[in-house]
Amino acid sequence: MTDNSIIAWFTDSENWSGSSGVPARLVEHLAICAWAMGMALVIAIPLGIWLGHINRFGILVTSIANLGRAIPTFALLIVLASWDAIGVSDLAAIIALAVFAVPPILTNAFIGVRDVDRDCTDSARGMGMRPAEVLRLVELPLAVPVMAAGIRTSTVQVVATATLAAFVGGGGLGRLVVDGFGRQDYALMLAGVILVAALCIVVELLMAWVQRTLTPAGLRIQPQVAA
Amino acid sequence: MLAAAVSADASDNPWFSWNYLQTNGDDLLIAAREHVEITFVSILLALLVAVPLVLLVRRWPRSQVPVLAFSGVLYTIPSLALIAGLWPVFGLTPWTVIVALAMYALLVILRNILVGLDSINEELIDAARGLGYTSRQTLWRVRLPIAIPTIMAGIRIATVSTVGLVTVGALVGHGGFGSVIFNGFVNNFYHAQILAGTVCVVVLALLLEGLLVLVERMLTPWVRVAK
Repeated sequence: MTDNSIIAWFTDSENWSGSSGVPARLVEHLAICAWAMGMALVIAIPLGIWLGHINRFGILVTSIANLGRAIPTFALLIVLASWDAIGVSDLAAIIALAVFAVPPILTNAFIGVRDVDRDCTDSARGMGMRPAEVLRLVELPLAVPVMAAGIRTSTVQVVATATLAAFVGGGGLGRLVVDGFGRQDYALMLAGVILVAALCIVVELLMAWVQRTLTPAGLRIQPQVAA
Repeated sequence: MLAAAVSADASDNPWFSWNYLQTNGDDLLIAAREHVEITFVSILLALLVAVPLVLLVRRWPRSQVPVLAFSGVLYTIPSLALIAGLWPVFGLTPWTVIVALAMYALLVILRNILVGLDSINEELIDAARGLGYTSRQTLWRVRLPIAIPTIMAGIRIATVSTVGLVTVGALVGHGGFGSVIFNGFVNNFYHAQILAGTVCVVVLALLLEGLLVLVERMLTPWVRVAK
């Protein structure tokens, strides 16, 4: 193995075409993430908004968040992949990642709507808005920054964790890492490491920009400390 | 009776088996020990790296942005990629997993220490100064005790997520319960072994979370008195 091998790998056109080329693996990776995020959003956003609006079951939301954090995605992935009903596939990865993505989205949607200033909702009600209008015209717009922060956290984590799909026979950029490791092909593995790291950093920057864009200037929140 | 229940499983591959637990109890204990050791050493290493970085940032506040950006990049890289990338350096040893997870835990710990030390009522600093405290005394006797809950929250969150991520160390054969889970997967989807490993990780994460909450209470007796 020489230092040139990794450069040689990246400049070899073989590695950029076909079903195991970088573009194909990247598309697989993003498809897994998109399905997982889609499932998580469809479940967590309406549920979080509704629970935040009625301001109840806060303990349920916290418990889901804590339990979700305690279940390792790796373990869940393997449980799902070895379950006959799902099997070794991208589906196992998609479900595991969706489960993993729900807690931050749910928590932030819940908190975002619940913590809207009482004065604002009271004024809206005083102006004669119906509950549905209060939700749509007051609570939701004010909750957008917090919800966007949750979606950003989930997206970045999902794109990073999707590399694990390769462990259970799924596709994505993790394939390069796991196959490279399995074949003791150092250049392939390192190429996978570099590509995966680069993708995650790009997605992180992109989502930071999306979050900023979605947040009205007057509502920009300070970076929050984990607690 | 039990045998009947077991063979009633269509695939004869039950998710729970006393037989498995009885014959493999020792393996689970060995895995538990490795899991705890890797988690503990990773967090310790992250703390050892975080402390000089905190001193650096407090000395030269301008270094805060690059220091946090660097640890942010480390945090963004998937754990699988970090472990694979460190494998050529440390080989198939637990250190590959430990160093990768320490790099991962660094951001949460570092950020919570910095925020904890900064989020203090300025009047308290003035009061300390009025009592004749030097800035070093203020740091150790005023800022640090007040920061303990935030610092401990950082350590707790880093620990729980590290417990989950140790499982990914199965790639290099040092994943604690992750190796148990992965070996079960490779061994014809041995359900009893996969689920036993998974339950153990979740229980370990919850146990450590509870333990660290107790430690935090012991370190900050005044918080309870104030309530």
